[in-house]
Amino acid sequence: MLRAFSIAAFAAIAAVGVAFAANEGEHPENHPFSFDSPVGGYDMGAVQRGFQVYNQVCANCHALEHLAYRHLGEEGGPFAAYMVRNHETGAEEMTTTKPEHGGRFVDVTDNPYVRAIAEAATITDIDAATGQPTDRPGRISDYFRRPFPNDIAARASNGGASPPDLSVIVSARHGGADYVRSLLMGFTGETRGAQHVNRYFPGGLISMAPPLVDDAVSYEDGSPTTVAQYATDVATFLQWAADPHMEQRKRTGVIVLAFLLVLSALLYLAYKQVWRGESH
Amino acid sequence: MSGHSTYEPKSGFTRWLDKRLPIVRLTHDSFVAYPTPRNLNYWWTFGAILSLCLVVQIVTGIVLAMHYVPHVDHAFDSVQRIKRDVPFGWLIQPIHAVGASMFFLAVYIHMFRGLYYGSYKAPREVLWILGCLIYALMVATGFLGYTLPWGQMSFWGATVITSILGAIPFVGEPIQTWIAGGAAIDQPTLNRFFSLHYLLPFVIAGVVVLHIWALHEVGQNNPAGIEVKSKADTVPFTPHATMKDLFATSIFLILFAVFVFYMPDALGHADNYIRANPVQTPPEIVPEWYLLPFYAILRAFDFNIGPIDSRTAGVIAMFASIGVLFVLPWLDTSSVRSMRYRPAARQFFLIFVVVSCVLGWCGGQSPGRVLTQAGDYSGTVRWAEGGQLIEQPIAAASEAEYPAASRAAVSAMRERTEMLLANNSPEGGVLRAVIGGTPRSLEVRADTREELDEKMSEAKRGAFSQGAPFILVDKNIPFEFTVTRLSQLMTAYYFFFFLVLLPLLGLIEKPNRVPDTIAKPVTGQAQGAS
Repeated sequence: MLRAFSIAAFAAIAAVGVAFAANEGEHPENHPFSFDSPVGGYDMGAVQRGFQVYNQVCANCHALEHLAYRHLGEEGGPFAAYMVRNHETGAEEMTTTKPEHGGRFVDVTDNPYVRAIAEAATITDIDAATGQPTDRPGRISDYFRRPFPNDIAARASNGGASPPDLSVIVSARHGGADYVRSLLMGFTGETRGAQHVNRYFPGGLISMAPPLVDDAVSYEDGSPTTVAQYATDVATFLQWAADPHMEQRKRTGVIVLAFLLVLSALLYLAYKQVWRGESH
Repeated sequence: MSGHSTYEPKSGFTRWLDKRLPIVRLTHDSFVAYPTPRNLNYWWTFGAILSLCLVVQIVTGIVLAMHYVPHVDHAFDSVQRIKRDVPFGWLIQPIHAVGASMFFLAVYIHMFRGLYYGSYKAPREVLWILGCLIYALMVATGFLGYTLPWGQMSFWGATVITSILGAIPFVGEPIQTWIAGGAAIDQPTLNRFFSLHYLLPFVIAGVVVLHIWALHEVGQNNPAGIEVKSKADTVPFTPHATMKDLFATSIFLILFAVFVFYMPDALGHADNYIRANPVQTPPEIVPEWYLLPFYAILRAFDFNIGPIDSRTAGVIAMFASIGVLFVLPWLDTSSVRSMRYRPAARQFFLIFVVVSCVLGWCGGQSPGRVLTQAGDYSGTVRWAEGGQLIEQPIAAASEAEYPAASRAAVSAMRERTEMLLANNSPEGGVLRAVIGGTPRSLEVRADTREELDEKMSEAKRGAFSQGAPFILVDKNIPFEFTVTRLSQLMTAYYFFFFLVLLPLLGLIEKPNRVPDTIAKPVTGQAQGAS
């Protein structure tokens, strides 16, 4: 009894660690994301679309300061490229869809998608010849372009409210991706002064105007161009941005747990063997 | 136990070495031939698990320190860089962060084990005190480490904890400034916290050596709580205890891995993913889960005790709650070690475990949260519809006569109407009343204080819109049982257990019969079963 009781007690203590917040906002809607399950990976199509929405909409105000363009093309990234042999023509073709088997990962320095994304951005740098500030096209080693040079400028352009950095926003909010998705869909259309009513935001009033409208971003893969779809895709992209190694971590976890289970079984048998004949 | 050594060097080299540095002999005597009570259960495997935890923290910590930047502008970014770009950083960082929680989980089980089986009693007092010292060092190390990522919870946690030190009478404020390296938490704080966080684990390792030394001098306690009397009571440490420890450690590692790989952030607070911002206080400041019981004790004191203000009282109680463990060997008066044979103490111990968990829960809650209340929240809003508003100054010849004049004016007015409002002050007041009109009232009921306030202001808005010049309000707040009240009860039991129950029970409790030897019940049971 003592044993069962203690285990339950410590499980309870551990649960307290997930310290809850007195969140005044409505509880976020639970969306079945592909990464929710212990073995679930990212829906890379959604991450790619989410990046597109971020790039065209969110990036006007929100930075992604921990991400460099190269991260997009590293293994596990949304624009990681693979060379796959086409069975009909026999030619090697490049794709950003991870093949089921085979396929050769293209090093990020040779990844044309990532290079194109980086070069489309304008980065302010110091001119190597004159030492004066100058604008140049981005390189894959550059960190994502920041919409504002500093926090003061960000506040000044946004009515006093600084748009938070989004690189770890999913980790930094209770409810994670569900919260981000719900927030983007939670505008009621009402305003109070310069603030907008959002039923998922703590306090109910948010300085951000509804950022997404239907058909604002055109998708090439035929996905619906609705606010709900945009919100889901952006939330998926931001989950990847906050935790880019999740797929690798979960894959490693399966191996580690399998190893530990077998090891435990063997150790148990060894333990029984050693203690055989010894009463205890 | 320090008996004579059974080690016999086999090769020429080991014979040569044994004459010069008998390190193989020491290892053999301590971890191979070392006699272990044969009745140890799985609660005794946490010593080995804790050793592993310490090694894991030190090894991952050294790697992290190679990449971490202890600077207020770069610390947060460098942790992100470790998780994103450093090879295997995505694995090493969560192992270190989750490892801290696992370390505390194991140490709490280890301590409850010692408490239940009386492992602190003579001749193991020094062993127990060294353990308490290790625990205190762990708390300090854990707190220092939590500051390093320089998130919101890091910063504000450090602010709260250092201000706790500031509450120590007389020496508090200089100590606070000295520890933080300035008037506020800033770069000097981060720098020294990083330095100390790197230092303390090695201090812990040193005290662990003393802990094990003391253990090997007095021998392990065991579930029966009686001393080893003959060879029949023991088995050799290797392979018997070694295999059992390895198996238990492996099971523990499964739990560890589940957290590391599948919920690396579950034990932390989301706010620590927000960069530290000294001008923005987070909505709630909570320490990591393993310090929550002490946080609850700290906050339970919302009242002054004589000349001691509530803040100082909380700080004293919090330090006392750990300090009491150090003197535990002299608080427990029972001659029987193991609570297995102490039926009354055993029940109180179980309550103590629950109380500790409830304290942990309280520490994570908002202190004012109402758990239950005696009755409804209700209120009455009264106003008059129509009627005539009159204002009448309350006049008195002198300040001394004013209260009497005010009372007379109010009771005279009350003869004419119930709708009156006296604005009293010794310099002179005004009596406002509505004569005539239709008295109206509205009763409001609610489940929470906030709901009541909301409903009442709604009722007031309605009354004002009918042109009422003023509104009379009666609020009835029932007795509320808040998290703070619960914490107070739990804190009381926490100290009651150590300071009253353990000393008293030892004197009045009639323990069950304790077996003569360790081997007797064990071998007897085995025969009965076969």
